[in-house]
Amino acid sequence: MSKERNALIDQNFRLNEEAVEDRDHGAIQRLAYGFELDRREFFKLLGGGVLVCAWAGPLRAQESGARARENSEDKLPQSIDGWLHIGEDGTVTVYTGKAELGQNIRTSLSQQVAEELRTPISSIRLVMADTTLTPFDMGTFGSRTTPIMGSQLRKVAASARDVLIQMAAARWQVDAAKLVAANGTITDPATRKSVSYPDLIKGQQLVKLIENDPPLTPAEKWHVAGTPIPKLDGRAFVSGQHKYTSDMTRPGMLYGKVLRPSAFHANLTSLDASEAEKLPGVKVVRDGNFVGVASPEQHTATRAISLLHAQWSAPQQPTEAELFEYLKKSSSGERRGNDQWGPSVYELGSVKEGLATAEKTLNQTYTVAYIAHVPLEPRAALAEWQEGKLTVWTGTQRPFAVRDELAQAFRIPSEQVRVIVPDTGSAYGGKHTGDAALEAARLAKAAGKPVKLVWTREEELTWAYFRPAGVIDVKSGVRGDGTLVAWQFDNYNSGPAAIRTPYNIPNQRIEYHPADSPLRQGSYRGLAAPANHFAREGHMDELAHMLGRDPLEFRLKNLTDQRLRAVFEAAARKFGWGREKSSASRGFGIAGGAEKGGYVATCAEVELNQGEVRVSRVLEAFECGAVVNPDGLRNQISGAIVQGLGGALFEAIQFDNGRILNPHLAQYRVPRFSDVPQIEIEILDRKDLPSAGAGETPMVALAPAIANAIFAATGIRLRSLPLVPEGLPKKG
Amino acid sequence: MPITLLVNGAERRVEAPSDQPLLYVLREQLDLTGTKYGCGEGQCGACTVLVDGRPVRSCRTPVSAAAGKKITTIEGLEQDGKLHPVQQAFLDAEAFQCGYCTPAMIVAAAALLNENPSPSEQEIMRRMEGNLCRCGTYPRIVAAVRQASSVARKP
Repeated sequence: MSKERNALIDQNFRLNEEAVEDRDHGAIQRLAYGFELDRREFFKLLGGGVLVCAWAGPLRAQESGARARENSEDKLPQSIDGWLHIGEDGTVTVYTGKAELGQNIRTSLSQQVAEELRTPISSIRLVMADTTLTPFDMGTFGSRTTPIMGSQLRKVAASARDVLIQMAAARWQVDAAKLVAANGTITDPATRKSVSYPDLIKGQQLVKLIENDPPLTPAEKWHVAGTPIPKLDGRAFVSGQHKYTSDMTRPGMLYGKVLRPSAFHANLTSLDASEAEKLPGVKVVRDGNFVGVASPEQHTATRAISLLHAQWSAPQQPTEAELFEYLKKSSSGERRGNDQWGPSVYELGSVKEGLATAEKTLNQTYTVAYIAHVPLEPRAALAEWQEGKLTVWTGTQRPFAVRDELAQAFRIPSEQVRVIVPDTGSAYGGKHTGDAALEAARLAKAAGKPVKLVWTREEELTWAYFRPAGVIDVKSGVRGDGTLVAWQFDNYNSGPAAIRTPYNIPNQRIEYHPADSPLRQGSYRGLAAPANHFAREGHMDELAHMLGRDPLEFRLKNLTDQRLRAVFEAAARKFGWGREKSSASRGFGIAGGAEKGGYVATCAEVELNQGEVRVSRVLEAFECGAVVNPDGLRNQISGAIVQGLGGALFEAIQFDNGRILNPHLAQYRVPRFSDVPQIEIEILDRKDLPSAGAGETPMVALAPAIANAIFAATGIRLRSLPLVPEGLPKKG
Repeated sequence: MPITLLVNGAERRVEAPSDQPLLYVLREQLDLTGTKYGCGEGQCGACTVLVDGRPVRSCRTPVSAAAGKKITTIEGLEQDGKLHPVQQAFLDAEAFQCGYCTPAMIVAAAALLNENPSPSEQEIMRRMEGNLCRCGTYPRIVAAVRQASSVARKP
């Protein structure tokens, strides 16, 4: 196969992989963003100052000589997004469609603006995830905030700085290139004249349109970005003052609650609401299969639901015992299953020929269970209708998509819907959809009053979507000297993220097979990357042991990616890999990989005591280019490790015939204080490389590192996640 | 029924069924929303408040059982604009991510330090086991509680 053809296949595969991922995220086409406020209105809202705008979408490529130009029209064109406003008091307001969910981007994005605008971070205020005020954004997922929104805001801020320098140059009649911006002030070193940003723009009402890509400050020269700035509004969180969606109220607000069906895919056949309707102030709404109530108090709403007598009819649905067989069976044949994008295949060389030249081959199957996100703030929404317009506050990762969901559901133009996302009590990929928003809006419409609806934990663990379960078959061939020669990897249902191997293998066939999922499924932190790494890095470990080679040495022998090698080597060095041999009571494992611009290697130590498995130490080396906030990054990495422990060791959704069997925290175990190992983090700060996101990839190598450590100690190879929901299985 | 509660040093009169969980009275009637709903089954600890200095799960505590007792919520820890040492330690260690579990973590830790001013790491972990942080910020929380233990005062 020619190089060109490989490259083409590679590109197509990647495109398809991205398309599938975007589908996973429910990606929607870019809408023409309607900037609804005209210039006078905008300044009425903000006071005077300078508003920096850009054409919708990415900034245009460099045009020689082009600079930010003033827009003389009173009405801004529809395709213009307002990104940054500098007020007459020096307050910098930045507009971004990204949502803060605990990943600390309110701070890290502010740092990047402060850096490029050369202004104190205390003067910056971010307006986030408000479909009326912020430019369109596809959503907060895929570790895209840092690489994409971060660089967008840097460009906007750098352009704004340039606008200010131009203004000062015009005022002083000097060459702009000679002026210096620092600490919110522009100075002319020749004349020692200086002017603060507020003084410079006092009395102005300017709209500046950015037309070119400005040069950005390289990470080596960062002063504000790249430093461990504390969370900007941290005090509001420790004092209990921050208002999450679930804490908000509106005048006259009612509490909503939904009657959940008896099983998935059930139809409502009858409803007797007479008893519930007798409760004072209770409004019962039935609309198709939707049944909900609204009441002035939460407890009355709950009581009303308990007084509804409903009959449901539900179809027979697969059981958990037949899950993996069902997934494989339902994916057989081209474009079966519920995946509109169909399968994606990557091929290189010939696996058949590769296997023929292999001295040893290995054929194994790995599985992963459905798991739940369990965001501590459940799905919540507060909906209010006013003169046919709908405003919804809700914790979602995709405010613009939820806006469109609402517009469709109520058959109104999306301009009539405003979705606002208060900084939210976590999501982990679980809050892409607008379920609670739709429910609250439906009830509010019927009640004629604002309605707040907060899902219960049981609803979260039943009616939210899950991380897909999956089956992964791996067939490999290796030469006696440890060189990989063949690799076949078939993923059924769990997804294509990080499905490709980073190891050098001349003959590969890698395929993602969509399937019919018995349960509602969707994105979860890292998408399928944890599953695909579990299978791949577990299999690599099996091959190393089969050959009698050290698992790290075997990996490095087949690996030339320098960034991945660097994290493997850093992790091994800091962990002391190979210093102590695994014993029956203590095992050491290693795994690694690369995804979404992040490179990770994880070493795990497990202690075994009478069938009990405890992860006692985790060391992770991580590299994501130039680090924007090292303290925030450590928090994300450490958190990903702790959360990853649950999916690795014991988390699993149990189900039968369209019902969840463990929808309570007493039954669905998530990591607690006592589960936490000693965690060490080694960050490789590559100031020479673009910054990548870090919300997901730090999680992907944990489960295989633990499974490999368990094998090293016990000789028991665990190929299913969770590994030890009921302790170590007997050898056999 | 009318019930008188002593919340954060003030007498508050509320109207609620006697079996209504304290959590909803605090949040809906008194607008003390720092205390959170997390599971309603006493498993996550997000609803932790102090009743007569002891941490309780307000989602499982009938409002009538708290009547006449001293109730302290996260809003009552800060005094004269000065954060409680545990709050300050959480802020300094940035012992949170999304922050949803944080108020209850702080309330639980304040109660622990009130009882035992210098707990070991093991004791902190054992006593806080009922409080969930889904973002996995546990190591920083333990560090913050240890930091606060040297300067803690009574809540």
